[in-house]
Amino acid sequence: MGFKKLTSTAVPLPIENIDTDQIIPARFLKATTREGFGDNLFRDWRYDNADQPKADFVLNDDTYTGEILVAGKNFGCGSSREHAAWAIKDYGFAVVVSSFFADIFKGNSLNNGLLPVQVTDEFLQELFKTIEQDPKAKITVDLEAEQIINEQTGNSEQFEINAYKKMCLIKGYDDIDYILSGKEEIEAFEAKRVTF
Amino acid sequence: MAGKTLFEKVWESHVVSKKPEYPEVLYIDRHYIHEVTSPQAFDGLRRRGLPVLRPEQTTATADHNVPTLNQHLPIQEPLSRFQVQKLRENCEEFGVELYDLGHEKQGIVHVIGPDLGLTQPGMTMVCGDSHTSTHGAFGSIAFGIGTSQVEQVLATQCLLQYRPKTMRIEVNGTLAKGVTAKDIILYVISQLSAAGGTGYFVEFAGTAIKSLSMEARMTICNMSIEMGARGGMIAPDETTFEYLKGREFAPKGEAWDQAVAYWKTLPSDPDASYDRVEVFQAEDIEPWITYGTNPGMGMGVSQTIPEVAVNGTAKDMVKALDYMGLDPQQPLKGKKIDYVFIGSCTNSRIEDLRAVADFVQGKKKADGVTVWIVPGSKGVEAQAKEEGLDKVFTEAGFELRQPGCSACLGMNEDKVPAGKYCVSTSNRNFEGRQGPGARTFLVSPLMAAAAAVTGEISDIRELI
Repeated sequence: MGFKKLTSTAVPLPIENIDTDQIIPARFLKATTREGFGDNLFRDWRYDNADQPKADFVLNDDTYTGEILVAGKNFGCGSSREHAAWAIKDYGFAVVVSSFFADIFKGNSLNNGLLPVQVTDEFLQELFKTIEQDPKAKITVDLEAEQIINEQTGNSEQFEINAYKKMCLIKGYDDIDYILSGKEEIEAFEAKRVTF
Repeated sequence: MAGKTLFEKVWESHVVSKKPEYPEVLYIDRHYIHEVTSPQAFDGLRRRGLPVLRPEQTTATADHNVPTLNQHLPIQEPLSRFQVQKLRENCEEFGVELYDLGHEKQGIVHVIGPDLGLTQPGMTMVCGDSHTSTHGAFGSIAFGIGTSQVEQVLATQCLLQYRPKTMRIEVNGTLAKGVTAKDIILYVISQLSAAGGTGYFVEFAGTAIKSLSMEARMTICNMSIEMGARGGMIAPDETTFEYLKGREFAPKGEAWDQAVAYWKTLPSDPDASYDRVEVFQAEDIEPWITYGTNPGMGMGVSQTIPEVAVNGTAKDMVKALDYMGLDPQQPLKGKKIDYVFIGSCTNSRIEDLRAVADFVQGKKKADGVTVWIVPGSKGVEAQAKEEGLDKVFTEAGFELRQPGCSACLGMNEDKVPAGKYCVSTSNRNFEGRQGPGARTFLVSPLMAAAAAVTGEISDIRELI
């Protein structure tokens, strides 16, 4: 279940400030399980009012495929809906690359085994250029080495990931197991907690 | 030893444990849940075979997708009905108090918590909704979480968190007539951008903030998230205590005195330091309105849409204005509108309704404009009726609906049709937020009332 290293082609979405309402519109939040949200990923950009695929949207273009989504700055802003991370993961992406991620989205992604890789603006622009010139260009994301490589140009960048989340992703661990391992500390805290 | 900020005091008193490079285990005093972001969390508990660790510290209500008409009838929309039903079953099974549809305490989660006195200074509070920041108005640390974290809190009453940086936003001076808390926060967001607060927990301070009522403070903290901040908070003071005293779940008798004594220790020390400080002047703020598709794309109502992009790239600006059907350098004043929505966790409290009624009294809505006014809770609805505000709205041709999140996010039937312009007191002007293709202008309740009456975007200062 763990994630260590991935080499894949990528899907480019060079738009800034993509909010979670675009990733998964509110009207699709009504499900009570975590599965199936990928069908409605970027719904209103992907389909027209008659539910017909819009040919000019990148997910409807067979030229671009892969497990890596490369998107503009401030990705995932807006509503806290975790469904955004589920939708991206469910669609089949394992990694999102951007030059900036909104806080809640980043947290939600890491909690769901979707790796957000933050790179510099320069590196991001180079990735967009590389993919535009050759949609079959490969990108490698090496979690253990905390490195992303543009295989076409050979350029690479280190990215940061918190030691705790890295351990969780690699081993397939879960936050609740970790907290409950300290249940005695919780009870000790409750015993001295200020309440009125 | 250097002094501490309000944020540091509340945070540090809730740390259960911490290890180097690992997130801190933060104890959560109060947890709010609703029908949309909780079902998968309960499913998770079932899968793990875990109970809710402290069910008495979680409160549930149905708000996000409930209809705002005929709430006494079964919900028509099948998926909404299913989610509300799931919430009932989950609360029953796990022993969580639910203020269900039709219950006298039902309403938007961020309206009922403060109203019932569940929200108190010095607490840590979370909810699977980004506008949980609202509760920070009481001097509590309150922020939105995702569904995995809802499950985490249900299972452990704790949350793994890294400590955010702190930012102090000061607004000093006196607001001009017709300028309100909503204008302050829209102004601040447009100055700092929709991502300008990312990574920070904000404390709002300064004379203009201190002079605000609790409900106005809630409007400010509510929209902290719209500049990317984790949350916003305001130091508790006499205004806070006065508001809380006597509310159902507020401490009583001796416990009240002890609580107030403790709450008075919470405000930031004079020598406390912040990672960042921004200072604004109330006199620079006019009634504010957004023109674009993120809350940072805003301007004074007397101004024109910027020629160059302010928050976002040139491409974003073109995309936003194309979606909105607007042009650079265009004034918004005089722009014809189709819908007015007065409601949401930002502006659906009794003071908001009073302000609207006070202006609308004896006036009629403009022809061709649909006006929805949606109280934040059953309590607000009852109070409005007691004060006769319902008659003012009805006589003005407004549709007074039943409590819920409604057209703020269009999860229920309250959607603005594609291409139509809606002047809204809610918090987000994202593409499609109020319905596919809907175009949103975010404003204060007074500015919304003005637009309802004139049928176009108007400067409230010229009408009062």
